[in-house]
Amino acid sequence: MRTILFWIFSGVAVVSALLCITRRSPVASALWLVTTLFHLAALYVLLDAHFIAAVQVLVYAGAIMVLFLFVIMLLNLGRTGPGDMKGAWGRVVAGVAGFVLLGELLAFRLAAPPGRLRLPAGAVEHAAEEQGAVTAIARPLFEAYLVPFEITSVMLLAAIVGAVVLAKRKL
Amino acid sequence: MPLDLEHGRDLTLALLPELLLTAWAAALLLYAAWRHRDSSAQRRAGWLSLFGIAASAGAVLWLWIGGARLEGPATSVAVDAFRWAVDLIILVGAALTVLLSVHYLDREGIRVPEYHPLVLFAAVGMMLLAGGADLFVLFLGLELMSVSVYVLAGINRRNPASAEAALKYFLLGAFASAFLLYGIALTYGATGTTKLSRIGAQISALGIESHPMLAAGLALLFVGFGFKVAAVPFHMWTPDVYDGAPTPVTAFMAASVKAAAFAALVRLLLEAFAALQPGWDGVVWGLAAITMVVGNLIALAQRAVKRMLAYSSIAHAGYLLTALVSGSLAGAAAFLFYLLFYTLMTVGAFAVLIAKGRSGERDVTSDDLSGLAESHPLLALTMTVCMLSLLGFPGTAGFIGKWYILTSATGAGYAGLAVVLVLTTVVSAGYYLPIVMAMYMKPRLHEMAHADVGLPRVVRGMLVALVVALLFYGIWPNQLLTLAREGSHAFLPPHVTPVAVPFSPN
Repeated sequence: MRTILFWIFSGVAVVSALLCITRRSPVASALWLVTTLFHLAALYVLLDAHFIAAVQVLVYAGAIMVLFLFVIMLLNLGRTGPGDMKGAWGRVVAGVAGFVLLGELLAFRLAAPPGRLRLPAGAVEHAAEEQGAVTAIARPLFEAYLVPFEITSVMLLAAIVGAVVLAKRKL
Repeated sequence: MPLDLEHGRDLTLALLPELLLTAWAAALLLYAAWRHRDSSAQRRAGWLSLFGIAASAGAVLWLWIGGARLEGPATSVAVDAFRWAVDLIILVGAALTVLLSVHYLDREGIRVPEYHPLVLFAAVGMMLLAGGADLFVLFLGLELMSVSVYVLAGINRRNPASAEAALKYFLLGAFASAFLLYGIALTYGATGTTKLSRIGAQISALGIESHPMLAAGLALLFVGFGFKVAAVPFHMWTPDVYDGAPTPVTAFMAASVKAAAFAALVRLLLEAFAALQPGWDGVVWGLAAITMVVGNLIALAQRAVKRMLAYSSIAHAGYLLTALVSGSLAGAAAFLFYLLFYTLMTVGAFAVLIAKGRSGERDVTSDDLSGLAESHPLLALTMTVCMLSLLGFPGTAGFIGKWYILTSATGAGYAGLAVVLVLTTVVSAGYYLPIVMAMYMKPRLHEMAHADVGLPRVVRGMLVALVVALLFYGIWPNQLLTLAREGSHAFLPPHVTPVAVPFSPN
């Protein structure tokens, strides 16, 4: 059952990702990206990462994509535009780079991580049942990874200030 | 003072320098928002930010002298002398940048009081980069630094070159961050941890020295850091960005940004990937050699001094990489020593450029500096000392630094790279010395050629201090060499006793 679901969701995700980069109209591209993100969320559920899946839908498919669509509509991008890749050489180089990445991913699939790093079967489900999906993420976030978590807030502050400084014409 | 980072109090103490600076920057941000309209407030924000930097430096010194050391399991920040040394270098760079900026912003009519808090935020990012013992902290420190510097590069919004520099830096910087992140992910996949010391332990425990995933991760980390330190072939963005950014920001980028990224690379290579040194020394060798050759040769062809200094900073990335190639403690010590004086001489050279180029530093050529010694002896002297020190002329601190790098490379059997370093240094005389010649041996282009050169009293004091430091430590470097060696002992494997490295410059 899991395998069938995995192939369905990943297949749709790949197809809609392809459609996202081949559509001419930016709105259509953005909507296909929403589809991709939804199917990725489904894949996270299959990995027992329920919290990540929920966040994926709320933040990426929800908030960020709405922002994307707003920007596209406010900028009033036309229906057609010239392609990004210029000339035959650009396409060849892009294609080669894509295949190199694909080959790399397949190579990593073969060279799996050292066996001792693998979690025992069922460990993830067990942890999720015992603590709940949110606790399993929150506890490391505020204990082991407290310092990186706090640095993120400083970074976001600097980014907000920077965006305002650069974007606002008259302060 | 043993610090157990599992406890909140000890963690706060270990991060005290960063916390102080962050809090000060946030308070300064409030002040800037409150008093937005008058230009005197902007100047005051500049002077106030110096207090924050001084407080942070005080905390660093307190921890260093207090002998702070890690007790208990390794966590996300390092507590060692290498971190304190790099922190101090970064804070010196930030303070010099602020000193240069205060008058520059007034002169160029840039009215953005958030400038100084952003410099402080960038400095916090750099300190985290220097002190991060976890790939997460390294990445976030890098991003905090980069985001602040992207904005600083484009802070002069009326200047299209500045906007272009900011956009180029942002796009390529984001691209480089993606490489870095991919490298971090693969490293985590191969070792199951992001803590640098644990990565080293896992590599030997699992016997995965030649695991393809680990090798790919390290390669991508090299690409990411290569962008940030502007090593050839990842240097394409450097000339345009350094050229277009406001000159104090260029000085900050060339000195401190590079220093912080290099420090993180040193920690990564010597702490996490020390076991792989026979594998990555070839990569560093190649990067160092091509960076020195390309940087120096292209610098020869430049006419504008600012662009020439940009390429010279690329060449210096090659010298610093040479210090890394052996992965030895002597190399790390040479790196620390060179980093300090590289910061001082770079900022000094840019300071002269700022004084000379009224709203047009991009166009200043070496001909424009002709006869500067007659009318402005201090400026000419500073430029001369900085140029000679960048060249590595005996009697300046740059010479001692280069000498120390050479001994660390030849001592570990990398004589070929040392030869490349010496040869490219000879080439670099071809663009450093004409500037000195122009200032002292050529007549002024016309009577009023240097009439608009402005030298505020603060900058004058700063230049005197820089010249004194470069010359003094060029002749009596021993005290700082001892400190640099102490800093490098952070990478001592626990079971090895320190080996005294014989060193005598004479």
